[in-house]
Amino acid sequence: MTPQPDQGGHFGPYGGRYVPEVLMAPIEELAEAYLAARADPAFQSELNELLRTYAGRPTPLYFARRLSETLGGARIWLKREDLLHTGAHKINNCLGQALLARRMGKRRIIAETGAGQHGVATATVCALLGFECVVYMGEEDMRRQRLNVFRMRMLGARVVGVSAGSRTLKDAISEAMRDWVSNVAGTYYLLGSVLGAHPYPMMVRDFQKVIGEEARAQVLAAEGRLPDAIFACVGGGSNAIGIFHAFLPDPSVALIGVEAGGRGAGIGDHAARYRGGAPGVLQGAYSYVLQDEDGQIALTHSVSAGLDYAMIGPEHAWLHDQHRAEYTAASDAEALDAARLLSRTEGIIPALESAHAVAEAAKRAPAAGGKLFLVNVSGRGDKDIDIYRENFKELDQS
Amino acid sequence: MTRIGRLFDCLRRDGRKGLIAYLTAGDPAPERTPALVEALVRGGADLVELGVPFSDPIADGPVIQRAGERALKAGTNMKAVLAIAEEIRGRSEVPLLLFTYLNPVLRYGLDRLARDAAAAGIDGCLLTDASVEEAGDYVAAMHRHGLDTVFLAAPTSTERRMRLVAQYSTGFVYLVSRTGVTGERESLSAAAGPLIRAMRAITDLPLAVGFGISKPEHVAELGRQVEAVVVGSALVRLIERNLDNASLEIQLESFVRELKHGFGVRP
Repeated sequence: MTPQPDQGGHFGPYGGRYVPEVLMAPIEELAEAYLAARADPAFQSELNELLRTYAGRPTPLYFARRLSETLGGARIWLKREDLLHTGAHKINNCLGQALLARRMGKRRIIAETGAGQHGVATATVCALLGFECVVYMGEEDMRRQRLNVFRMRMLGARVVGVSAGSRTLKDAISEAMRDWVSNVAGTYYLLGSVLGAHPYPMMVRDFQKVIGEEARAQVLAAEGRLPDAIFACVGGGSNAIGIFHAFLPDPSVALIGVEAGGRGAGIGDHAARYRGGAPGVLQGAYSYVLQDEDGQIALTHSVSAGLDYAMIGPEHAWLHDQHRAEYTAASDAEALDAARLLSRTEGIIPALESAHAVAEAAKRAPAAGGKLFLVNVSGRGDKDIDIYRENFKELDQS
Repeated sequence: MTRIGRLFDCLRRDGRKGLIAYLTAGDPAPERTPALVEALVRGGADLVELGVPFSDPIADGPVIQRAGERALKAGTNMKAVLAIAEEIRGRSEVPLLLFTYLNPVLRYGLDRLARDAAAAGIDGCLLTDASVEEAGDYVAAMHRHGLDTVFLAAPTSTERRMRLVAQYSTGFVYLVSRTGVTGERESLSAAAGPLIRAMRAITDLPLAVGFGISKPEHVAELGRQVEAVVVGSALVRLIERNLDNASLEIQLESFVRELKHGFGVRP
C-alpha cells in the first residue's frame, strides 16, 4: 500500500479538507507547523520525555492468563493504555498537540469530548502548560459522564454544555468548530480523534501510533512472534489506528476494529458505520457516515459515550475498502458482559469503549486455539462506574 | 449567463447596489416559503438565497441553526426545496441561489442536483463547507448545467486562496465580513474593508459582503464599497419571532425595504 495520506490529506478518496473558508488558511498553517515539529528532534524529544515521565509510557503488555483460560482458546495479551495518566490513550495525542500549540504561540485551547476522556486529557495538559482551556460536551454526555465533568473543572477547564441535536459528541464537535471559526487567531483546536480536516487524522494517528510500536516490540520479545489478531474499539478510531499502524506491513496480523452495535440494527440504535453508513462529509472529512436518504446525519446510540459518533475516521474507511482491516460491532449488552468478564478474571475494570474490543476477542477466542490475540485496553472504567451500577443492579444490593 | 450575471450587469448599468436576502427554505414549513420569498422581493430583495437545511450546520449561529431544525422537522429536503424554487420561478424572475452544506448535495448526486436545480429555475449554488480544493467535481457539474458557483472568501484567506476562490467562483464572490458563524452583530467588523480591497485587486467579479449585517447603517456603509450586501440571520429571526403572526409577510417586506433604504435608493 502507498503511504497515506497524500498532500491534501486524502486516504484514497477519504479525508481531505471540508471546512468553511475562514478555517482553511489556519488549517494550512497548522499542517505546516505540525510537519515542521514532526521533523524537529527537539520537539520529539520533549514529547517523548513527557510521555515517559508524565504520562507513564511505555505501558505494559500483559498476558491475560485467567481470561485466556476461562475462554479456552486463544492466548490473549492486553495493551494496558488504561494505566496511563488520566486513564486512557487520549493523553498521548493531547501532549503532542499541546506542545504544538505552544510552538505555534497559541494560549487558548478548545476541545470537544464525548466520554470525557479526551476532555480530561486536554484539561490536564492545559494545566501542565498553563493554557486557558474550554471543553465542549453534549449535555447528554455530561449527564452520563458526570465524574469526568468534575475532573475537568478541578483541572481548571471551563466545560460548556451543548444542547443542540442529540447532545452528544457530534454536537460538541460542531460547537467547538464554531468557537474556532469565531476565535481563530489565538485559539488552538485540540481535536481528540482521527477525524476532521487534514492534518488532524494524520497528526492524531502519528501521536497515537506509539501504542502499536511498543506493542509490536513487546509481543515479539514475549512470544517471539507477531500476534494473529489485534482488537480495538472504534469510535472516531484513534486508539485503533494507534495500535494498528505498526502492524500494517504485516499481512499475517488481522486488524479488527469493533464499532458500537448499540441496542439494535435500526438507524439511530447503534453507531456501527459499516452497518448502514455511506461515504459522506461531516465536520471536515469525507468518510463513512450514518445518514438518511436526504444526507442528514443520523442520530446514533451506544451505551459508551466515546463510541457514540456518526462518522468513522477516514483512514479506517480506507483500510476497510482495502480489506486491510476488518470491522465488526459489539452490542451494548456484549460490551457490558465483557467488562464484567475482564473485571472478574483479571481484576481490570475497562472503560465501556474498550469493553467492546474485549467482547469481540472473547467471542472469537474459544475457536482460536493456538492463536495469539492482542487487545487494546484503551481506557479504564472508573468513569463508567455509574453506568455499570445502573446495569448491574444485583451488585448494588446491601 | 444566469439571472445572477444579468442582475449584476443591470445593477452596474443603473448605478445601483443589490440587496441579497437569505432564508432557510422550509422554515417554518415548505408551503410557507414561496410567500415569504415574494415578500422579500416586494420589499426590494434583488437576489434570494434559499438555505437547504442540514443537520450539522457548523458555519451557522443559533438563529439559522434553529431555522434549520424547524425546516427539517417540517420534512424539508432537497426535493422539497427544488419544488419551492419551481413555484417561486412560476411567478418571479428573482435570481435564486441554493445555500447549503456539501453532504445533502452529495447524497442527492452532483449531476442530478445540477440538472434538477437548473430545471427548477435555480441560478447557482454556494456550499459553505466545500473548500476550493475539494470542489472540482461539484463545480464541473454545476457549470455543465449552466449554474453559477459562488465561493466564500474570509478575512483569514491568504492571497493564494483568494485567487483560487475567484477562479472557482462565477456570478459573484461572497466575502465573509468577519471570522465567525452567521448571526447579527451590532457593528461591522473592521476586517471587511481590507478583504474587499484585496479581492478587488484580484478579480473583476462583482463582490457581495455578508455575515453580521442586520441594519440599514451596515448596508449603507458596505454599499459604498461592494456591489451587493447579504442579510440573513436578521430576516430569519424576524420569521422566528412571527411564526404564527398573520402580518409576517408584511413585516418581512417592510424590514427589507428599510434595509434597502440603507443604499439611499428607493426600491
